[in-house]
Amino acid sequence: MAKITIDGKEYEVDPKLSVIQAAAQQGIEIPHFCWHEKLSVAGNCRMCLVEIEKMPKLAIACATQVADGMVVKTMSEKVIKARQAVMEFLLINHPLDCPICDEAGECKLQDYSYKYSVGYSRFEEDKVHKPKRVELGPNVMLDVERCIMCSRCIRFSDEIAKQPVLTFTERGTHVVLTTFPGTVLDNKYSMNVIELCPVGALTSRDFRFKSRVWEMSATESVCTGCSRGCNMNIWVRNNEVLRLTPRLNEDVNSSWMCDSGRLNTFKFVNSQERLNNSLIRKEGTLVETGWDEAIAKVVSELRVFKKTEIAAIGSAYATNEDNFVFQKLMKEIVGTKNIDFVPHMIEGDEDDLLIRADKTPNSSGALQVGVKPADGGLDLKGIIKGIGEGSIKALYVLDDDIAAIPEIASVLPTLQLLIVHSSVKNHTTELADIVLSCSAYAEKHGTFTNFEGRVQRIRPAVATVEQDRALDGFAMSRWDKFASPNDRWGRPIKKDARPSWRILGAIAGAMGAKVKYTTAEDVFKEMTERIPAFKGLSYLKIGSRGTMIKTSETVSSSVQMA
Amino acid sequence: MGSNGTMIRKKDLTIWQKTYIPEIVKGLRLTISQMFKPKFTYNYPEERFKPAASFRGRPVLAEENGVERCVACGLCSRVCPALAIEVQASETELEKERYPIKFEINMVRCIFCGFCEEVCPEEAIIMSNEYLLVFNNQEEAVFGKDKLLTPVEKLHDRLEFLREHR
Repeated sequence: MAKITIDGKEYEVDPKLSVIQAAAQQGIEIPHFCWHEKLSVAGNCRMCLVEIEKMPKLAIACATQVADGMVVKTMSEKVIKARQAVMEFLLINHPLDCPICDEAGECKLQDYSYKYSVGYSRFEEDKVHKPKRVELGPNVMLDVERCIMCSRCIRFSDEIAKQPVLTFTERGTHVVLTTFPGTVLDNKYSMNVIELCPVGALTSRDFRFKSRVWEMSATESVCTGCSRGCNMNIWVRNNEVLRLTPRLNEDVNSSWMCDSGRLNTFKFVNSQERLNNSLIRKEGTLVETGWDEAIAKVVSELRVFKKTEIAAIGSAYATNEDNFVFQKLMKEIVGTKNIDFVPHMIEGDEDDLLIRADKTPNSSGALQVGVKPADGGLDLKGIIKGIGEGSIKALYVLDDDIAAIPEIASVLPTLQLLIVHSSVKNHTTELADIVLSCSAYAEKHGTFTNFEGRVQRIRPAVATVEQDRALDGFAMSRWDKFASPNDRWGRPIKKDARPSWRILGAIAGAMGAKVKYTTAEDVFKEMTERIPAFKGLSYLKIGSRGTMIKTSETVSSSVQMA
Repeated sequence: MGSNGTMIRKKDLTIWQKTYIPEIVKGLRLTISQMFKPKFTYNYPEERFKPAASFRGRPVLAEENGVERCVACGLCSRVCPALAIEVQASETELEKERYPIKFEINMVRCIFCGFCEEVCPEEAIIMSNEYLLVFNNQEEAVFGKDKLLTPVEKLHDRLEFLREHR
């Protein structure tokens, strides 16, 4: 350990660290633009200049290694003056674009202007003009005028995304960030440069101009795009999901998230194709009915069939809580042994960074809570075969579009009864006799277990008909807090959906079982009592970073379907 | 003052005072003298008050060359203490890059404080001299772009005033 003094206080730090890292560990912020914990040191922004005793000039904290006896001053007059000078240089050619810039509100240059700049400009000449609205790639937009040449995006593309296409050309104030001729910034992680960019030079094409940052609320959740379970924030305004951004978790996704996860996992929540309430097929068409009627119908229809004629398909997209109540209802109350779920693997679509071939967030969780055939029961292949042969006559499907798989779709029409939980209209609801609209992941509490066996929590960010943002403890923006029913923005579209565990609990209750769940946490509590791996866990213990549990089984890729 | 708080007249009025004639004459004198002084009243609605440039009437959006100046930055919406303004931005081919696809001011919420005008970086939202606001229900009170857009020529006086006094 090395003893260093920062601003008059002595600290014991790891000698391998740089000054900026050592200071950050002690909670001292040294302002910086180009330095990033996960990237190599470039040392070109000069913002982190600090005074180090016995050094002739100010040194950059990001590229100076800690040494025993080092005395660092981060707030001396010399340092403050140097910072003000750096800020002045950076702002000389930075356009006054803040009103139209998507970064405004989460911009490092803005924040530091308040904190470390003199507050006025001495520059009266014309600013340098550079290309604006440059489409760097399919997901990223570039405004070269705003760029402060920190090179974070270049280093990210080289070191993390392994697609070295970005570079600087020209010299001095005329430096331009660009792609090499004939290349575009198009890789699976390209959108991470948007958060890396300390200014608004790189912005999302999908989120472009949709909302100001301060108008949204952020809710901690987990990405459902694959079995990695990247930690992320759901950004919501007026009850509509507008973007997803990665949330730091060293044990799962570091600071990153893939483009597919960001773009493809939230749009269905806002979609027009969402289902409302419950639907029963009457004379060939699905008709909206009340929840009570639908649940009574499910119970009476299920009673028609023998236990061996009923099969159940859980879902790797559903939470542990949903799957747990599902298998409990099927095995213990309905009494069928034929229960399994459909894995969704895309073999080969995986890499060493984040992306997994298993495209569901919870396949190990589904297995662990018991979505697997009971002794003597049929597995997925057996169920499909059984439906084809006519020995399985009724099928209950939890939130999964199984009819999108041709092999399954071809046998489904032979069923006498198909009950489906779904949040959107899809191939399976087209064939279903009873559809119960279930909450999407962004509308409920619950847990997912990722491929490593890490249990992580999801939290509701979008309110359904039965929920109220204030009363149910949602993250709230200023608009959510002050809206009245007379305001147009105070009347968001709310979907009439319920979490699957609640629907299933109601069905179990209607079939005569004693059900005592009022919250997802109640279900989780029962899981901790009945499943050894979950023993001693609670929502509080899982927290925002997740907890590792022992996984006994992994999803076998041999049963791949899609 | 009596014990129950009522006024007690100590001295009774004289006969001359009891006729009330002196008081009537006093009142009439005032009335007649006012009749020949300049009038401050208007024959509303035929005659209308024209406010000075410092007057804060209903906020409007300045329209220049057929396009709103607004870039939908949302600062007016953020600064509004009454949360009267809702803005939705969108992209435009014009140089300003973004414009408000939706701009609504709820005139029931608006308190005419002028903060929106003060914060606007584009001189796009301006307190006009219009003070006649009539609506029959809450929905009608939400003014969209159709009601808000005003040619910038009409707002000349106010803009001059702002440049001088800000």
